[in-house]
Amino acid sequence: MNQNSQNQPALRPPGYNMWVGVFVLFVILVSGLFYYATQKIEYVWRWNRMPIYFVYEDTVEITSEMDGEVDSLEQDGDETIVTVKELDQIETYRVPTTELNVDDGEIISIGDVLGFYREWKPGLLVIGLWLTLQLSVIATIFGVIIGVAGGLARISSNPAFKWISIVYVEIIRGSPLMVQILIWYFVIGTVVNDLLATYGMGRLSAFWYGVASLACFAGAYVTEIVRAGIQSIHRGQTEAARSLGMSYAQCMYYIILPQAMRRILPPLAGQFISLIKDSSLLGIIAIRELTKAGREAVSASLQPFEIYLVVAVLYLVLTFTLSMFVQQLERRSATK
Amino acid sequence: MIDVQHISKTFFVPHEVKALVDVTDKIAAGEVVVVCGPSGSGKSTFLRCLNRLERADSGHIIIDGIDVLDPKTNINKVRAEVGMVFQSFNLFPHKTVFDNVALAQTVVRKRSKAEAKEKAMFLLNKVGIADKSNAYPDNLSGGQQQRVAIARALAMDPKVMLFDEPTSALDPEMIGEVLEVMKTLAKEGMTMVCVTHEMGFAREVADRVIFMDEGMIVEEGTPEKFYKNPSHDRTKLFLKQIL
Repeated sequence: MNQNSQNQPALRPPGYNMWVGVFVLFVILVSGLFYYATQKIEYVWRWNRMPIYFVYEDTVEITSEMDGEVDSLEQDGDETIVTVKELDQIETYRVPTTELNVDDGEIISIGDVLGFYREWKPGLLVIGLWLTLQLSVIATIFGVIIGVAGGLARISSNPAFKWISIVYVEIIRGSPLMVQILIWYFVIGTVVNDLLATYGMGRLSAFWYGVASLACFAGAYVTEIVRAGIQSIHRGQTEAARSLGMSYAQCMYYIILPQAMRRILPPLAGQFISLIKDSSLLGIIAIRELTKAGREAVSASLQPFEIYLVVAVLYLVLTFTLSMFVQQLERRSATK
Repeated sequence: MIDVQHISKTFFVPHEVKALVDVTDKIAAGEVVVVCGPSGSGKSTFLRCLNRLERADSGHIIIDGIDVLDPKTNINKVRAEVGMVFQSFNLFPHKTVFDNVALAQTVVRKRSKAEAKEKAMFLLNKVGIADKSNAYPDNLSGGQQQRVAIARALAMDPKVMLFDEPTSALDPEMIGEVLEVMKTLAKEGMTMVCVTHEMGFAREVADRVIFMDEGMIVEEGTPEKFYKNPSHDRTKLFLKQIL
């Protein structure tokens, strides 16, 4: 049935083009109003300053590590090999010829700049974006694992599993993520790190407590999504599988979960889009994710509007990519 | 083969219903039994109790020497020996016809892929649907789906086949093809318990017809005697209604 509806051209209702026009007008109007508002506020927009928060060219000084005399300058392609000599001690440095700062025979002491080279480095926002991406991906993976386990426990007839799952969902879903993050880091984190220290292991960084809090938070929602997905599969499927002699686990793995997964995908995507945005709260435990990086950039540059808008667009890029990816998955499983 | 001793079953949800009341019956190997009765008579519950899809509250069900209701019994092993066909087919919609028939063979019977394939193709040929082996169930007609469901159950080499109103959800023109397959099975000597109202089928291949009402076996006998000369009033009333 799915194949048919996809191959048939959509029948356009009367006035279709007019309504497309209405949509375009709407977009133009909203953007226009937005632009007008930006012009009305007293604020100097300096978008040209934004690129340095993505990449910038850093100047790295090459300094001498000893006292001595420049013994020789030798050309090697674009670079010059500087040899510094004192008595029988010799050191060589490679310096880009154009940035060379010393002459042959010059007397130099420790820390003197022989020259410098330039290097492209990722800007603050890119570093933050990368961290947000890492946090989100790892938390999503654990969130799914927790959610599937929680969902299965939720529908289990074992009262311990079932009630643990219910309590977990209700507590996590009903309390602010901000508080959970603080508890994960300052309470659980302290205990775990103390324990690790007694066994002579290193501390876990704030990053991992951040991942744990996000995964745990998303896991509660995923639990409910998984439960609903499993329960939406007709009972006859379980009966057919079990009557063939499959165990509960085999039935779940081969029959129920694959079918449930398809129905779960859309709400799951919504949940993980939320998770990406929720990661912005992790700044409070000093994880330098995108929002925190943005805040730092704001305090350095005093350009809150540009930076926060850019940050918002970067989140949008992440969430939209995820959206598209899930849609692709849905389409693939629908045509199968 | 199947020895049912005094089983009872009461449902409490949504309200209290005595689905089975002290039912006792013996089904011999190779026997074809047709169970009929008005809706709510407990005939489906009786069938579903046999492979413990419903657990009877009391009594014993011995299949091939194994007590199905004993908590220590590995029910998965029993179920593998008892094929079941449902009214609504219950094929796995995310698997192809071929995978529907092959999956449990590899997962439950631990057969190799090649063995499972050979068996699956043999059975799909037998039910006349080998050309659709790569199709998905949603693209098949009801009759075709039910034949695949029969092949799926047969793939486990069951000793007994249970049919729960296998033709009730079918369009009239598709009933014949499913009954044909079932008749072939019966003639091959398969032990079968069929909940069905198909009189033609019962007359042709059934060894015995059981009539149930209000959770009890009211009457049983050979199809000849049952349809021509029923002894109970309730049976007479029922037969009058379905004819």
